[in-house]
This record gives sequence, structure tokens and C-alpha cells, in this order.
Amino acid sequence: MSIQFPAGHAGPAGRVGLAQTARHSLALAGRGVTRFMKSPMQLVDVVLTPIISLLMFIYLFGDAMSGGDTDGYLQLVAPGVMVMAVFQASIGVGASLAADASTGIFDRFRSMPIARSSPLIGAVLADIVRYVVCLGALVLLALVMGYRVQSGPLASLAALALLIGFALSFSWISVYLGMLIKNPASVQGLMTILILPLTFASNVFIPREGMAGWLRAWSDVNPVSLVAETVRGLLGGGPVAGSLFGTLAWMAGVIVVFFPLALHAYRKNAV
Amino acid sequence: MAYAIRAEGLVKKYGDFTALDGVDLEVPAGKVVGVLGPNGAGKTTTVRILATLMRPDGGHATIGGHDVVKDPVKVRQLIGLTGQYASVDESLSGVENLVLIGRLLGLSRRGAKVRAAQLLEDFSLTEAARKPIATFSGGMRRRLDLAASLVGRPQVLFLDEPTTGLDPHARQEVWDVVRRLVADGSTVLLTTQYLEEADQLADSITVFDKGRKVAEGRPGELKRRVGGQILQVRPTVAADVPQVAGMLAELTGHVPAQESGVLTVPADDPLVVAAVARRLDGAGITADELGLRLPSLDEVFLALTGHAPATEGQAVGV
Repeated sequence: MSIQFPAGHAGPAGRVGLAQTARHSLALAGRGVTRFMKSPMQLVDVVLTPIISLLMFIYLFGDAMSGGDTDGYLQLVAPGVMVMAVFQASIGVGASLAADASTGIFDRFRSMPIARSSPLIGAVLADIVRYVVCLGALVLLALVMGYRVQSGPLASLAALALLIGFALSFSWISVYLGMLIKNPASVQGLMTILILPLTFASNVFIPREGMAGWLRAWSDVNPVSLVAETVRGLLGGGPVAGSLFGTLAWMAGVIVVFFPLALHAYRKNAV
Repeated sequence: MAYAIRAEGLVKKYGDFTALDGVDLEVPAGKVVGVLGPNGAGKTTTVRILATLMRPDGGHATIGGHDVVKDPVKVRQLIGLTGQYASVDESLSGVENLVLIGRLLGLSRRGAKVRAAQLLEDFSLTEAARKPIATFSGGMRRRLDLAASLVGRPQVLFLDEPTTGLDPHARQEVWDVVRRLVADGSTVLLTTQYLEEADQLADSITVFDKGRKVAEGRPGELKRRVGGQILQVRPTVAADVPQVAGMLAELTGHVPAQESGVLTVPADDPLVVAAVARRLDGAGITADELGLRLPSLDEVFLALTGHAPATEGQAVGV
């Protein structure tokens, strides 16, 4: 038996720098990834929900929505369902952080000489695994159902990267709610309420031309529509410039607002 | 003298409720101080302020000379904390938890693994190292928690009610670990509701009640401070208890306390034992037990705070 205490931790004095923050965040993201590997059942919902949505919208409502042109409808809906799917998958992080907050693990992190933001950033980054699994399953199903990618591999990768970037930035809303209300079920519920009008009052399922005027006005600035439009452009070889700018603006805006809010709520939890 | 922990006039309020009302605390390096008090006495609030988890509303505190508010990162490099709640990730194994903490503290992947293996060995957790923590007993979980606090070789260790909710066997296991840490020279601040725990582990005890420090000293000093010794008599025949109580009241001038056939009364004069023996003999009463002892910490607590301490098994403090 030997427990020795020769000296304090090696480490920097004063504030924690950017490079350190990145290192701490990655270590904590590793924690999240290990969790997914241990219980892959956590990934079932992000795979099944979008698959069921896609199947349902094409084979159940497809005829009615498209006037018989199911194939054309698939080309419209598949990219939209990808947006919806990663958006839904981005809810999970707030709920799982809220669950963390009810244990003592945050006290452990807060009492360690690590960047304050790293437990949050780490959790957000770990969810990339969820987004990749979710998109992988969805893209595969869409291709099997007859979706055609008309652009090159670079543009396709850019589409996937954009979808993941969108989920990463919008997941900060869920992180903020998770730190604010600290109840996993409530976070899940609130975020679902937020997501529904965003996804259904968008061009995910209805082409822009078929919308009433007020709906079209909202859909034109709705981030879900903008991302869906950009992904359609990137995968289908159409124009993306306009909607891409809007998408990036939304992503930046959400991070600028919700990252500090989430961090503030996380700090306040301690007091 | 070098103080590892020094706090002056700490105040913390939650709305109208004053959790800490001007607490001073000084812990010399290498010593174990037990902070003893019932629920709501301010023990956990004090630990949270000292461990940089919470800012005080008044007063200030330093750990190893570094201010907990102005220089929290430096303080965090010196401390380890084991709270009342599991502060490990239950979805990871023991070794994964310790390696994660090692990585966060800047150890290399290999270094973190070596350190984790060493701690698991030290805490007799090697066999369970790769099992899910959900399968751990309460005592194993606390030991892992303690190990997690020690990855960074902290100079100052905070143990906030480390045995609350544990069965006696598990409590003994945790005590053994704490004793070994102490033997290795760490400074430990231990909060507890259990008088016996403070008595067993601490060099000195600080008693908190309602956000204030009501006493401090070595366990023996505290016991003496409450006033002399206690005379304890257990009549052989329970029916004699009232008569013996009368004798004791007459001889000592205090009304004796009675619990399950044992009478206790403060004895200001040690010679009173002989007097009691003579009176019992004269009345033809025999006693199974007759003698003087120092008051128990329970009695000390009652004398200092005017109310009995929390009994074992009660809920956690504030």
C-alpha cells in the first residue's frame, strides 16, 4: 500500500488556455464515445426514427403529397429527412448532460484544473458519433429506395459535413436547456416542441411552391428549410449559395447566443 | 505554522437562509480536521466554497496560500474532492474513470493507465477494475470515488461525508483508506455527522451548528471542556434504579440521566465515586458497573449546541 502526495498537479497556473481547452474537451468526448460503444442501444432511436419517417412519408403519404410522382417526392424529401433526423438526434445531448448534473460528476469536473467549458464541449462533440450513424443509415436507405446523388463525392461529403455542423451548433440549445432545467425528460419534451414547428413548417415535406404565403415567408427564413435546400443543392447538383449563407448565419447565431448561455447556466449550477 | 487551508469570516446565504454565518477555519498542513455537525450546519457549504465550487457571499479563503475566488485554477491543482454523491461516471468501468481523470490532468495515455492501475491496487479494486460500476457495492463505489480524487496527487483532500449511507463494514473500509492517506501526510478536511468518525480519524474537530463554529479542539480537549467527567452506575437490579438516582442527585447536586438501566451524572469531584460506593453498600444495593469516564462526543455535542446530534442513517447535510 502506498499512496503518496509528493507535489501538486503538473499543469499551468492561472487561466486555462485554448489548446488545453481543446485537449480536455477531446478527452471528455472520448468518454461519451466510450459510452456509446458500451451500450449501442443508445443509438437505436437515432437510426429507427428517421428510417420510419422516410418510409412513412414515401410509401404512406407519398402518393397523396406528390400526386403520384413518388420518385420525384423522394428526391425532395430524402435530404429534408436527413436534416430532421440530425436535428432530432441533437436533442439527446442536453438530456444526457441534465442526467449528469443530477450526479456528482460535474462537481468532480468543476473541482479539477480543467477548462470550465470542456465537459459541455466534450459531450457535444461525442454526439458526432450519433450523427454519423444516423446519417449513414438514412443515406443507405434512401439510396436503396431510389434516391439519386447527382453531384461528386466532394459535394456529397460537404453535404454530410454541413448536416453534422448544423446538428453540432443547434445542439447548444439543448445543452442550455439541459443546464437550465436539469431534468432529462423535460429537456427532451421541450426540445421536441421546439423542433416540430421548425421541421413541419418547412420545405422538408412540402415544396415551397405549394405553401400558403405566410408559411412560405416563414419557411424562407426557417433554418431547417435553409439547410434542407442547401443539402438538396449539394447532393442534387443545384445552386446552394443563397441558402448556404443563411444556414451558416443561423449556425453562427445559435452558437453565439446559446454557447455563452449554456456555459453561464453550467457555472450557475455550482452556486 | 504553514496552513494548508485557511478561511476567514465565510458567509453564504441562500435567499433568507444563512447557511454560513462567519466561519473561520485553519488547518495546518498534514493534519486531519473533522468538521462535525448536524444536517444544515453548513459543512457541505464550507467544503464547496473551499473546493471552488461556490463563491462565498462574504469572507475569504485560501488553499495552500491561493485565494479560492481570485485564483481558482491554481487551487484546483492542489485539491481533491470526494462528495456525498457518486462523482464517477457509472456507465464507465473503474479503470476507464481513473484513466479519463488522469488524461484530463495532463498525464499521457500510458501514464494515466499506470496511475489508474496503481490506485486500483492501492484501493483493492484491481479485480473489479473492468466491471461496470453499477455492480459495485456502496463501499467499493466510495473507494473508487476516493481513488478518483487522488489521481492528481492532491496536497489537500476534501472528504464530504465520505461514509454517509454506508453500512458499518463499508464504513470501516473507507476509514482504513483515510487512515492510510493520513499516514502518508496529506492534509484532509473531513465532514461528518458521525461523532465516532471524527473521533476515529481527526487530529482536531471543529463543531458546526447553524452556520457557525461552536467549538474546536482535539477530541479529548472537547470532551474535557464540557466539564469534568461522567459518573456512570448500572444497578444490578433494575428496581433499584430510582433509589440510586436519588442518591446520585444528593451526592453530586445534578439530576442523573437514565437510559436502559444506566444512570449517568456529571461528577465534578472524582472522590464522589467512593462516596457512591459507600452509600450503595450501606443500602445493600449492588451495581454491575460503577465508574468515571470522559463524556462521549454525543454528550459534548449536546452540551455545545443544546440539541442532540443527527443519528446515524439520517439524510445528507446541506
